[in-house]
Parts: sequence; C-alpha cells; structure tokens
Amino acid sequence: MSIVPAEAVSARVRRAQDARVGGDGGIAPLAPRARLLPALAAVYRAQLSRARVARIPLLFVATFQSVGIMVLMRGVVDGGAEARAVVAGSSVLVVAFVALNLLAQYFGQLRASGGLDHYATLPVPPAAVVLGAAGAYASFTVPGTVVTAVAGSVLFGLPLTHLWVLAAVIPLAGAALAGLGAALGLLAPRQELATLLGQLGMSAALLLGVLPPGRLPEPIAFARDLLPSTYGVEAFARTFDAHPHWPSVALDLAVCAVVGVVSLVVATLAYRRAAVR
Amino acid sequence: MSGRPWNAPRPGTRPGDPLGSSLVSTVCVVRDLVKTYPAARARRGLPETPEVRANDGVGLHVGRGEIFGLLGPNGAGKSTLVRQLTGLMRPDSGTVDVLGHDLVRHPERASRLIGYLGQESTALDELTVALAAETTGRLRGLGARRARAERDTVLEELGLTGLAGRPLKKLSGGQRRLACFAATLVGERPVLVLDEPTTGMDPVARRAVWAAVDRRRAEHEATVLLVTHNVIEAETVLDRVAVLERGKVIACDTPAGLKERVAGEVRVELVWRERAPLDVPEVAALRASAQDSGRRWVLRLAPDEARAAVAAVTGGEAFSALDDFTLATPSLEDVYLALGGHATKGLVKA
Repeated sequence: MSIVPAEAVSARVRRAQDARVGGDGGIAPLAPRARLLPALAAVYRAQLSRARVARIPLLFVATFQSVGIMVLMRGVVDGGAEARAVVAGSSVLVVAFVALNLLAQYFGQLRASGGLDHYATLPVPPAAVVLGAAGAYASFTVPGTVVTAVAGSVLFGLPLTHLWVLAAVIPLAGAALAGLGAALGLLAPRQELATLLGQLGMSAALLLGVLPPGRLPEPIAFARDLLPSTYGVEAFARTFDAHPHWPSVALDLAVCAVVGVVSLVVATLAYRRAAVR
Repeated sequence: MSGRPWNAPRPGTRPGDPLGSSLVSTVCVVRDLVKTYPAARARRGLPETPEVRANDGVGLHVGRGEIFGLLGPNGAGKSTLVRQLTGLMRPDSGTVDVLGHDLVRHPERASRLIGYLGQESTALDELTVALAAETTGRLRGLGARRARAERDTVLEELGLTGLAGRPLKKLSGGQRRLACFAATLVGERPVLVLDEPTTGMDPVARRAVWAAVDRRRAEHEATVLLVTHNVIEAETVLDRVAVLERGKVIACDTPAGLKERVAGEVRVELVWRERAPLDVPEVAALRASAQDSGRRWVLRLAPDEARAAVAAVTGGEAFSALDDFTLATPSLEDVYLALGGHATKGLVKA
C-alpha cells in the first residue's frame, strides 16, 4: 500500500506530462477556442454578406406578398381595430417569412448536405453559429417589415407616430421566430421536413396573424395564442392607438423575448446534436 | 524499409533529427477502430440496407511531418475513418490519439488540433473567397487583424488573390475546392486532414496545394493525413500510404515499398476494336487472367509471360482486332488489386 497521497502522485504525473509537451508522445498544447462574441460577429457578418448573393430576391417576394395581402384585405375590413390587425399582421409576416421559413430551410439544407461539418470542425461555440445565423436572418427582415408597415399605415390611414416600436418588435419577434426556424431546421430528420415545417410555420403566421382575431373560431383563436408571432403582432397593433397602453405592449414583447430565448437554447442544443453523429 | 515495423513512421523525418532518434514522435495513433452503420429498414422508394461495418479494426501510426495517405475505392471506409479522427463521429470501439489527446473521449479537442477539409463546401458556397477564408480563421480563434493578414497571405500563396471578391458558388469546381483549401489553412494547425483535396483541380491548382503542404511541413513540421482515390497522386506526394478495402487496412508502407510487392510483374493493357477475338487460342488463354471491362483488358504478368502475350496479340489474326496496347511497370492500382482489392472502378488515375 502506498503512503503517498493520490493528489501528489497525480500532480507529479501532470508535471511530467507538461514537461513532455511537444516532445515524443507528449501532450501538445491546444489552439485557443474562438470566443463567443467575436465568433458570433464573424458568423453574423458572413451570413449578412450572403444576402447580396442569395437573399435579396426573396426579400422582395416577402415584401410584395405582405403588401399584396393588405391591398386584398382593404376590401374586407373597414378601418378601426381590424385594419390595425391587418397592418401589424402583414408586417410581422415578413419576419415570419424570412426568419422562420427561410432559416428553417437554410439549416435543414446545411444539415442534409453535410455543411454543418464545417462549423463542427472549428473550435466555435454552438451558440455563436445559431445566434449569428438567427441574428442575420432577423436583420434581413428589417427593410421589408418597415416598408410593409409604412405602406399599410398609409393604405389604411393609420398614424405613423409610433412606428418606432418596430425597433423593438423586429428584434424580439425576430428572435422568437428565428429561434423557432433554427430549431425546426436542425431537429427535422430530413431536409424536406425542415422545408415543410418552415412553410407551415409561415402559413400559420399568415392565417393567424393577418386575419382579424375577432372573426376566428374558438379553437383557431386558441392556436393563435400559441404562436409566438401573435404577440409581436398584438404589440405592434396596440401602438396604432393615439395613447397606447404601454404595459400591455411591453408584456407582449416580453412573451416574444422569452420564446426567443427558449427557442434559441433549443436550437443550440439541436445544433450540437446534429453536428456530432 | 523491411527492417522496421510495417506501420511505423519513416525515420529521420524531423529536420532537427537527421538520425531518426525521434522515431516514436507519433502524431496520430489509431487502434482497433470499429464503426458500424446500423441496418436501415426499407422505406417507400428506398430498399432495405443491411448493417455496414465501415471501419473494421483499423489501426494507424502517423509520424510527425509525414504526408500520410488513405487510399481505397469509394466505400472502403476512408471518409468514415477521417470523420472519427476529426471528432465528427464517435467510433463504436477503439482509440484515436492525436498529439497525446484522446479524441474518442474528448472529440471537441479535434478542432483545436486539426485543420479539416471536408468534401462539402455548402457552408461557404455563398461567401466570397476572401470572406470564407477570413471567417474560417476567426472561427478558428484568430483575432480580426490576424485573420485578415493570414487570409491575404494564404490567398496570395495559392494564387487566389484575383478571385478574392468572387462568391464560391460562381467558381469552377476546382477553384472552389482551392478556396476551401485556403480556408483550411487560415489559422494554423499542427495536423491537416484533407479529404480528397484536389478533386476537379487543374495541374496548376494541384501544384499550389502540394507546394503549400510542403511549405507547412518544412516550416512547422505539419503532419498531413490525406484521403485519396487517385493512385498517381498517391505515388507522387505521399510518404506512406495505408490501403483500405472494406473497412480494413490491407497494407501500409511507402508507395515504393508497396510497389516492390508486385515488382516482378508487368502490367499489360489491351484495348480491342470491337470485342476480343476469343477464337484465337492464345487470346482465349489470356482471358482467364485478365481484368475484363468490356473492350479493355488489364493483365498482370511475369515479364516472360508478358512478352509471349504481346507477341501473340501483335501477330496474325489477333492484331487486326487490337486497337491499342500498353506495357507498363505496376502502379499502386496493381498493388491494390494484387493485395486482393475487389473494386476495379473505384480508383482513379489522373
């Protein structure tokens, strides 16, 4: 039996190992990891640059779709609360189209084609990849959402006073929907399923967000409450009042934020799972 | 060559160690690696696939500064092996040790030791060449300024500066591959794992790749593990090569050492105009030993047999049916076939 304390032995072994660093059979030093924020910034910048190549035509589609819906709905709703719901819903629809639908497709495609290997063989925190991509996709939605909101307000004669609230609605609804899109894209077992789920999510946001809630049947109104984009729509719709009830707006946006955090955590876990098989 | 263990690195591969006393300076040790893909049940449109043992007890020793190749036809288990080396896949059993780190237990360390060039470029396709290289460098832990500086150096080195502003998607296959290789080099690593790096490249790009690899070996003793199914490339650039067949290493030696195993043989290739004249008895006799793929026959024969065969087919009736014939010393492809390799089409000569 040894009387040397285990710690002392292991410390000596460790020193011996350190001394052999770089030597024969020794343990080589590891290159540093990429830190979260710089890596996130690098992914964000790279993703944003993709817009020039691939995303801009799709952004036009998203915006025209929303503006088209508002023009159609002009014959159906006659001002008041319903007009606000239509404008707010159409604006947030742009976010859903890009952040949910396109991001789900992107991650589904990346996973199916083996593109995740690139990130998985770099010392980058999973959160940096997911947040960088989600942030970039949320940013892609900014011009389309602003154009839709302004066009809608003019079309339905709503005040432009509180449109600044979009500065909170886009990032928070963007976080919630992009997180959902990333999670769907990374969790779907096949690429076609990721595409399908992204499209379904967007269709849900379209139907449940744009149609005025008062006209929906009971079960569908319940489904509407479950969809994170709803809270972005409601927060935005409230701000068309002359004197909006700000605590309610803040509450709706807080729901978006919570959903965003949860779905981005789920997406990050899904990424880790998808990267190492 | 014959006096040392079959799987040990070449002596004296370290510049500072001409006598080879650091023979044991092993960078990568793989022992008894087993990876089995589970059987898949039949789905609509897809037939049932049986369980596949992609790696069946693979063992390797790679020395510091070596350019070590994995050669084999498609489906031999090469990519499965490198995916386990790079931490992308967990083996069912066996060990992977790279520079003293147990990568089966700590797969996340692989990215801090190894620069990996995979077969897919989808993650980078929509970026410009410059941004792909810079972003990869940043994700490899470099600061912004350092990543930009290394990006410029590597693009210059590989002759990509003129293409720096073009998205990878818009490049030809070989140029895109070279751009991905550039991204692999930004943020230096002591070990490079390259999965068929020169696919689709023209000779100029290939030379740029091998020059860059050689420079890293000379300056930093970088070790390179290369997957290839191109036998000519394997013969010219590799220090040692492991030949894989159905998940097993069937031989591991220097290319010259491997070729010695079939040194007593001559390779005879016959190409018939329409079909082989089997009514000529000499031709009919050759058929038994020929690798037959349509009009093209490949024979590995002893020198005197080869002479007799050439005499037979270049005279009389057989000659009028002959389109072309070549005599050559054996290549690694012949080694592969002599070792009992089964695939006749998986290897490329280019």
